[in-house]
Amino acid sequence: MRVYARYAAGRFLQFLLVVFIGINLAYVITHATPIDPVEHTVSVATAFGQTAPDAIESMRQSLRELYGLTGSPIEQYVNFWRRVIVADFGPSLSAFPTPVSSLIGRATPWTVGLLGVATLITWVIGNSLGGLAGYYRRSRTLKAFGILAMALHPMPYYIAAIVLLIVFGFVWPILPISGGSQMNVPRGWSADYMLSVARHSVLPMLSLILVGLGGWFVGMRSLVSNIVTEDYVTYAELAGVNKTRILTTYVMRNAIVPQVTGLAISLGHIFSGALITERVFGYPGIGSLLVDGVHAGDYSLVLGVTTISILGVSIAVLVIDLIYPLLDPRVTVG
Amino acid sequence: MFVVLRDLLRYNGEFLAGILLTGIVVVMALLSFFSPYPPMDQFVAPMDVPPSAAHWFGTTSRGQDLFWLLTYSIRNTLAFGLLVAILSRILSLSIGLLAGYRGGWVDRVLMSINDTFIVIPLFPILVLFYFVMRDNMSWVMLAVLTASLGWSYDARLIRSVALSLRHREFTQTAVFSGMRTHEILSKEHLPFVLPIVFSTSLNNMNWSIGLEVTLAVLGFTDINRPSVGGMIYWANQHSAVVAGIWWWIAFPVGLVVMLFIGLYLLAVSMNEYIDPRSRLERGGGRKE
Repeated sequence: MRVYARYAAGRFLQFLLVVFIGINLAYVITHATPIDPVEHTVSVATAFGQTAPDAIESMRQSLRELYGLTGSPIEQYVNFWRRVIVADFGPSLSAFPTPVSSLIGRATPWTVGLLGVATLITWVIGNSLGGLAGYYRRSRTLKAFGILAMALHPMPYYIAAIVLLIVFGFVWPILPISGGSQMNVPRGWSADYMLSVARHSVLPMLSLILVGLGGWFVGMRSLVSNIVTEDYVTYAELAGVNKTRILTTYVMRNAIVPQVTGLAISLGHIFSGALITERVFGYPGIGSLLVDGVHAGDYSLVLGVTTISILGVSIAVLVIDLIYPLLDPRVTVG
Repeated sequence: MFVVLRDLLRYNGEFLAGILLTGIVVVMALLSFFSPYPPMDQFVAPMDVPPSAAHWFGTTSRGQDLFWLLTYSIRNTLAFGLLVAILSRILSLSIGLLAGYRGGWVDRVLMSINDTFIVIPLFPILVLFYFVMRDNMSWVMLAVLTASLGWSYDARLIRSVALSLRHREFTQTAVFSGMRTHEILSKEHLPFVLPIVFSTSLNNMNWSIGLEVTLAVLGFTDINRPSVGGMIYWANQHSAVVAGIWWWIAFPVGLVVMLFIGLYLLAVSMNEYIDPRSRLERGGGRKE
């Protein structure tokens, strides 16, 4: 147990470092650039019609306070951290006066639901097929699948999404191409609503799975084909252990370990992936929120989404890191 | 060098295909120097003409010849990928070699920072950067930022090789003959990691170009500088798919997919060549 505690402490320090560097990056980018977000917002707000000079001045003043841009640089820095810790990014400008944190809270379940599930499905399918392909290397079907996965893998995600959209939205229109659920179905835990959400998630999920599958497949296949040549596997085969058992407990169990690290990283990239998926399919998650925020010039929203993504990613990675030693058959905890 | 190339071409179909695909894209980029139209000129050709003898790839709704515009775009996109690859190579090489050679607390600190950069979500940070910079953002700045976020995977790989070099005899000899750390790294260890650097930089180019295309498609780069993603952005702005001007999207997408697959195949085949296990297999040492 002491070993595990030390490991966990190390991982926790790493987690703090990720948060520290990430938040500092966001701070530096927003504060060390020559462009003043306040001036930008003011110029957008006063672009039409006439505004009295003293009104502009007071607007400038209140925006500075709102964005935490008053006081000395040190005060600003401390203030920035305080706001990150209590998750208070002030009101959103484009959806005034809704606080940014509640906008993000509303969008997060969509993103985590869609991309989290898609990432997990991709991981499970890719690894099982990859493991099989590494073990049964003469299988024609698995070989053909390997070639297909390799061809799809380097495809830029955007293009795969657009192709699916055109095929199932225009050429053979059987699936909804945009939105998170049907407008006329009331939200709630009803079967209708669930079905509508599921139908809307099919295309985006399919696009994510298609593009993501190849990487896991190829990685797992090469891991397994390396392990298969190990002496203990040959020994088990000679001893007459049945094939399924060798594949699952002797081979896959060992090969899966590095793939779990990969899963942590790709769960972390959910927020990046969200941007394009949600943009293409008009999905009401974090990514759409960020893009809308950028187009509306909503400084607090953009900053809020960025910091929340950094926090979310590092927490996901921390959780997986803590489970990790429990999965590795070579590590005993306790 | 020549022998390596000959071997690769002879035994590795993936390498040949990769060279061909990448070669076509590079030739396309070089053609931009012979373009009859300046890249940013609009309404120099008739609008919305489908591919024909006069305009091979058709024209856009903004009166540009798609073929020549694409040559500029792919040149800029390639330049971006190359710049990111070079800059991030410098970072990952110096950090990976140093961490591997010094070990101890230097290694631990550098690798903690490294792991941090592996997990930090890039996209929101790049978008935040665009949001703050707006029109002042140039492609060089974007490349510098992308490179400073994209060195970590390869630094880890380089470190793992450098770790094994550290205990080799020639390193000891170098230390005893009074070479300084940076000399050992650049003269003794660098040649050993160069093959990996080569294949990882191809993957890195793919990664950064994908990133740039995506950002540009969303309109989050300097959209007035022709780039492949920028062309798709403008095509979307003019609803090209709905209006039936398919060539405006199809040719940029096709070309960039060619580049992706080409670079990917090159990286895969080079990896295979470097990996001693598969080299044995090719030599007949390990037959299944």
